[in-house]
Amino acid sequence: MQRTTHSDFALRNCLAGWVLLGILSAGAGAAELHVPATVEAGQSFSIPAEGSGQATLYFLGPDHVVKRSVTLGGDLAIQSGDVRAAGRYRAILCDSSSCTSAAFQVEAAKPAHLSFFLRPSRVPVSTPQSIDATAFVFDQYFNLVLTPAVVNFRITPESGAGFSRQGSTQKGVAWMRLDSTPHEGRVQVTAVLGNVEEARVIQQVAAEACGLRMKAVPNGNAVTLETDPVRDCSGNALPDGTVVSFTKVDREGKSTVDTPIKKGVARAQFSLHGPAQIGVACGVVLGNEVALNGKL
Amino acid sequence: MKWGLVAFLAIATAVLVAIAWLQSGGLKQHEMFSAVTPEEAVQALMSQIQAHNFEQAYASLDRSSDTDLASFTRELAGSDGSLRTYSSLQTAEVSPLHSDADQALVRVRMNWSSALGSLDDVRDLHVRRDGSVWRVVWPKSAPSPVPPQVVSVNYLRWEVIGRNTTQNWGAQDVDSPKVRITSMNAISRPGRVVILGEVENEDTVPAYLNVNATLLKADGSPIEEEGSFDLISHVLLPKQVSPYRIDFPGVRMDAVKSVRMDARALLVPASADPVIAVSDQAISKDGLNRNVLKGELVNESGRPVNIAQVLAAYYDNSGRVIWVSDGYVDQALMPQVPVPFAVDIPDDIAGRLKNYRVIVNHYSRSSS
Repeated sequence: MQRTTHSDFALRNCLAGWVLLGILSAGAGAAELHVPATVEAGQSFSIPAEGSGQATLYFLGPDHVVKRSVTLGGDLAIQSGDVRAAGRYRAILCDSSSCTSAAFQVEAAKPAHLSFFLRPSRVPVSTPQSIDATAFVFDQYFNLVLTPAVVNFRITPESGAGFSRQGSTQKGVAWMRLDSTPHEGRVQVTAVLGNVEEARVIQQVAAEACGLRMKAVPNGNAVTLETDPVRDCSGNALPDGTVVSFTKVDREGKSTVDTPIKKGVARAQFSLHGPAQIGVACGVVLGNEVALNGKL
Repeated sequence: MKWGLVAFLAIATAVLVAIAWLQSGGLKQHEMFSAVTPEEAVQALMSQIQAHNFEQAYASLDRSSDTDLASFTRELAGSDGSLRTYSSLQTAEVSPLHSDADQALVRVRMNWSSALGSLDDVRDLHVRRDGSVWRVVWPKSAPSPVPPQVVSVNYLRWEVIGRNTTQNWGAQDVDSPKVRITSMNAISRPGRVVILGEVENEDTVPAYLNVNATLLKADGSPIEEEGSFDLISHVLLPKQVSPYRIDFPGVRMDAVKSVRMDARALLVPASADPVIAVSDQAISKDGLNRNVLKGELVNESGRPVNIAQVLAAYYDNSGRVIWVSDGYVDQALMPQVPVPFAVDIPDDIAGRLKNYRVIVNHYSRSSS
């Protein structure tokens, strides 16, 4: 048996089509092949072949072509490896005088793999419909299983009770949308179908800063600024490294410093030249303002 | 015949000696040491700097100059991987400001060509008479170094572990950072259309960012596409906001019906260090009577920043971004040492601006 796959498959398939056309037109009136209407992927089966003597079996599938010499008068065994890919197949049997052909469908086997997409990998807390979970159901040969099935999405937050949702596959795909919860941290989402499980993790992160406040401690000709712990409106601490901008305006002009949050708070120091007004911001969120010397 | 050969050899020798003297800078040196006007003294000094003859240039300075050869050379040739080390003096325009019998004030506008474009350096130099010649008094500009100390640094750094490419389709991966263009303004400038605004990294991880704009005609077809190139801070830390400016030279505003914006972000390793403070910002006029935003940069970390770029966004009364300008600083930012900067503001913008915001891009040779 010769087996051809990969890059030259398309060319071979095209040529095989022309060959098939020629064979079938030359072989009108040949004996029929009795193939099953549908076959499960990866299942071996046989095709009864009437007559006697030698013949050639051509087997055209969606991902490969097979040519094999067979003896008529018995069953033609089709190996499981020849029908792993789901799709439309055609068997052609040619003896010395004529050819006959029959088509059949190979359908995906039982679900064995889940390709699971969970997007995005990071999501701000308390955001409605912000998490997309999409599961593609495949059999053991990675054929998309088109038969409807129910996928169970199990959601396990880092804190709080877990819950689950179900989604039926349509054309092999099940999906759902979720709101992010109010608490930051890892959320594990597991797609379950039968005994097949696939887990993904999403990181719920703090949203925009909320109620940003700083305090100023004058120290001679300088002032030390320190924010309160920077949190979002759900009380989650913004992660270290988030940039906080301090701005001071005094008679020497404006001074700014963009400093990252460390251990939950941001700090900066400015020198003072008379009365000064100092503001703080994080991204597009403005915080409180502090007037020093009480004159601004 | 015999005397003719002698005369020829003598004349040829004299000509060759003269050529050698000229080629070795003798004429310039002569000019320098016989500078009979303050302008000639400054011009001769600039010629020496242009030729990288720092020793001779230093030798021509007035003795009252508050600098030494090493500092003088470091200032003009650059040091610590600063932008000045990749620069050379192209032109120097000299103009007298004031002069009396023994002292003069001369303005020199030095134009340096650098790897990042041309840089102007305008200085007012004092020039003093020394006998029959004039000599430049060079000011000591090098800031006093910070005392030896240990600076503890505990800023964050983000590293990225990407998806293994051998893993199956659908395997877990980390998404690109989420960025948002918070404002966009299209304005017409002489000979060009300019798109400017601000963009924010809304995510909790650093982003490497590019903003592109496509100008569209009334029928939706593109006129031109451009990127913000270096008029943006490409690396944005979480919640950091950067101005951007995209120039479309040769495009007229009346040909533009709409603009398509595209902000693309990549997840990259980054460090929250260094923090660079921008102090004493003020709008004023420079020596050439141009509107400039001046201030000082202070590197608050413990290691040098080789090249710094200042990006400034200007806002009108309604808080809309009306201009974005930038300027490179040709000195390295040494820890805790203030370094002055100035960026140009067009006159018409200076008349309308209500507020401004400055951020600093930085490049350090030994870090990402």
